Amino acid sequence: MKLITHNMLSSKTIKGVVYGYPLIIRASQVLTKDVDFNPEFIQRMIPKLDWSALKFAAKCVGHEEDLPDEPPANMADEDVLKRIHHVVMEVDVVDGFLECPETKRQFPITNGIPNMLLNENDV
Amino acid sequence: MSKIATPDISHLTAQDYESIYEPAEDSFLMLDALENELPLIMAMKPSLCVEVGPGSGVLITGLATALGPACSYIAADVNMKACMATVATAQKNACSVETFCSDLLSGCGRQLDGKVDVLIFNPPYVVTPPEEVAAGDLQHTWAGGRKGRQVLDRLMPEVPRLLTPQGRFYLLIERENDPEEINAIFRSMELFGKKILERKTGPEHLAIWVYTKLDRAL
Ligand SMILES: C[S@@+](CC[C@H](N)C(=O)[O-])C[C@H]1O[C@@H](n2cnc3c(N)ncnc32)[C@H](O)[C@@H]1O
Repeated sequence: MKLITHNMLSSKTIKGVVYGYPLIIRASQVLTKDVDFNPEFIQRMIPKLDWSALKFAAKCVGHEEDLPDEPPANMADEDVLKRIHHVVMEVDVVDGFLECPETKRQFPITNGIPNMLLNENDV
Repeated sequence: MSKIATPDISHLTAQDYESIYEPAEDSFLMLDALENELPLIMAMKPSLCVEVGPGSGVLITGLATALGPACSYIAADVNMKACMATVATAQKNACSVETFCSDLLSGCGRQLDGKVDVLIFNPPYVVTPPEEVAAGDLQHTWAGGRKGRQVLDRLMPEVPRLLTPQGRFYLLIERENDPEEINAIFRSMELFGKKILERKTGPEHLAIWVYTKLDRAL
């Protein structure tokens, strides 16, 4: 699970949960994989990212310093775009859990794939 | 003309196809339709393509190889083995698709709202008794219950809020699914549809429809 994906996952479907966002990452294995840097993609993706959830995710996996506090005002700054690319596209949670911030319900991540399925009594 | 090369799925075995959907006429019809649509899809400079129910991953991988790394690709299947197959198929074809296991897009809550440029769904569309729906991995691939629509009917109300203003939803519909009724439902949610490709294969009459918020974008 890349952090771009974490940015779009939520436990809001659980009965009684108000936001269910951002999910807490409890990682037991995190890898960084090389992904080709595509500045145009990062520029287009930034407006679709929830920045505080991204900051939070980066902190959960020990990459907080790599990320500016705010979305960049200057979209042409390649250096900043590269740092964002690294956090969003290259950091990969291979094993661990996502945790609902409200109910503490855990969703396993195995082989990099989060299992967000709920039981009947969750919904 | 841009092309979609049929993804290499030679890593998937007969054993895999005991629990995931083996690409068939419906899958290839969708790939052909997406290929025809490439100029329109590229023109909108998508940053996020999402597939519901990727199975082997053949569709989202085909799209990812054609559009390249200037976009992100995310797919959600209710079957974990399909999620794993999708990741493997993407890798085999030198691209990257993120997956998660979820009932439709429920694992996203409202976080995908207004972000999806391209949405793809080849649903379980065969008319079956309602109790067959979701009865197991293989039933997930084909059993559609009433009108073959029971799974699709749950996704439809979500589509308008998921799409970006110029976003496009590509849907496979079999004639028994009652395309007129599907269109009427979408129209009531201000989504406009157009049939872009159809094919008869044996007893099935398959079609690919595209839905958007702007009828002039069709
Ligand atoms: C007809 S197959 C299509 C597979 C692949 N997209 C293709 O075209 O070859 C339907 C897929 O939808 C998945 N599916 C069925 N119900 C689902 C649900 N409620 N949520 C997510 N995926 C679902 C199945 O597991 C299966 O992979």
